[in-house]
Amino acid sequence: MITAEQRFAVYDLYAQYASTADACLYDDWLNLFLPVCSYRIIARENYAAGLPLCLMLCESRDMLIDRIVALEQANEYAIHVDRHIISGIRVTQVQGQLLSVEADFLLGQTNSEGELSLYVMGTYKDTVQISGAQAYFVDKTVIVDNGCIPHAISTPI
Amino acid sequence: MRKVHWPRNDYSRVPYYLYHDAEIYQQEQAKVFRGPSWSMLCLAAEIPLAGDFRTTWVGDTPVIVQRAQDLSVHAFVNRCAHRGALVRRETSGNAQSHTCIYHRWCYSQKGDLTGIPFQRGVRGQGGLDKSFDKAEHGLQALRVEVYKDVVFGTFSADTEPLSDYLGPMMREHIATLMRAPIKVLGYQRQAIDGNWKLYAENLRDTYHASLLHEFLVTFGLDRATQQGGVAMDDRHRHNLTFAVASSDSDAEANQAYGAHKLNSDKLTLRAPALLKFLPEFEDQRSLSISSMFPNAAFQRLNNSLAVRQIQPKGVDKFVLVWTFFGYADDTPEMSEHRLRQMNLLGPAGLVSMEDAEAIEIAHRTSRVDADRHSVIEMGGGGEISDRNYRVTDVPLRGFWSYYAELMGIEPEGAVR
Repeated sequence: MITAEQRFAVYDLYAQYASTADACLYDDWLNLFLPVCSYRIIARENYAAGLPLCLMLCESRDMLIDRIVALEQANEYAIHVDRHIISGIRVTQVQGQLLSVEADFLLGQTNSEGELSLYVMGTYKDTVQISGAQAYFVDKTVIVDNGCIPHAISTPI
Repeated sequence: MRKVHWPRNDYSRVPYYLYHDAEIYQQEQAKVFRGPSWSMLCLAAEIPLAGDFRTTWVGDTPVIVQRAQDLSVHAFVNRCAHRGALVRRETSGNAQSHTCIYHRWCYSQKGDLTGIPFQRGVRGQGGLDKSFDKAEHGLQALRVEVYKDVVFGTFSADTEPLSDYLGPMMREHIATLMRAPIKVLGYQRQAIDGNWKLYAENLRDTYHASLLHEFLVTFGLDRATQQGGVAMDDRHRHNLTFAVASSDSDAEANQAYGAHKLNSDKLTLRAPALLKFLPEFEDQRSLSISSMFPNAAFQRLNNSLAVRQIQPKGVDKFVLVWTFFGYADDTPEMSEHRLRQMNLLGPAGLVSMEDAEAIEIAHRTSRVDADRHSVIEMGGGGEISDRNYRVTDVPLRGFWSYYAELMGIEPEGAVR
């Protein structure tokens, strides 16, 4: 069992994840992860078949930082605004302060001329640590249902 | 089909409408993809066992690739002979036979029509005429050849043998890449809103690589100042681009890039293992990517190994399928390294994500003023030949020369 406060901390974490990513506040986004952490995006096709290949694999916070630096200083990509809708947040396992949490997401992208397209949809399967009133990501796995990615992946899913 | 006007006979000017014209698209399905060319279908390692199959596309024609009970490999059109429905809907599986769900017509592992429900009707009524010959209604077969565990198919009886089609350059590159039994690590798929030929060009364009893909330049993965070059087959339809890492210096690169300042003095990776190159081939090339006309690329970038397949989806869209692999005898550390280095490529690739945007913006704006044309003149016009430098887009002209030949749209006095 987890307390109501812990559950709210988990909900807040996902709300902050969406709002920081969509506002391109990547330093704040990064601070939702613990110093020892991982982040991966994998197509459901591979996940379901037990194939290890990801679309993006950051095995450490340093690799996440490198991604952000590349995004901000090296990569070129379509000018767009992201909007995450995260719902169905569910705690599936509790081990002390470590929680297994799943949630579903929908990510829309709007281009520079204001046209919206549904970009990706899928499920998060994460390990979250509760520390006081705040929850943090330890490992985040983004499983993308539509593994045939429209355009490209630049900003975080 | 309207007569194609090439402003120059060396393909240094390509009319925009070739990327946008619906009739051109239909013609290239018939004359290029179902014509006398070989397309890459899949890797043999994806269908290792009797009964294993994969579904894929040759151009926009759906195809089943199947390993039969006798372990021979077959390919046939994934479209029921009865009403034209897709027979096999999964992307992969293992099956003794293929049954269309619509009216349950059934086909063998070699595509032969073996079963028709109610063929003789019910109680002597209905059914097919006695003269109906099942042998005439199998799934249309492709000719299949396997080279170094890569499966290729062609629709045309006139296509030269695969070995000749690939030529020494492609054969050597594929043989090096497939030097040992492989294991598939997984797939990446990407849908790009552009004409497939823009990607065929992109693969042959070494000029763009170190300009568009800033990450490559910044971290010295691929610079125009490195040793390298481009090589083509004798018909100029295939292309190989290669480079040797650490064959230039930051100082030399900074001087050459001039105003387009390199970032390398201010950017460093916190996790440099991403870029580590563990030599594993006899040549010292850290980058070696070949593109095979019309639908495939074979890639080595450091230790990231993959084949890419181009699937046209109409004039305005294509899907790119990346199949990443390692070798069956890779150590766990090497497998991890390859999986990590995947970050460089694919739709989220640190050095490849820009291609989608470049193709989409080129496609979007070339639709209007279709009578205008692109300019392909780096490395000079005229003769189409190999170069031992990398600031060149001559292989694009090679692609167009063979494409025009197959399409029957060569200009007078065309350079081949």
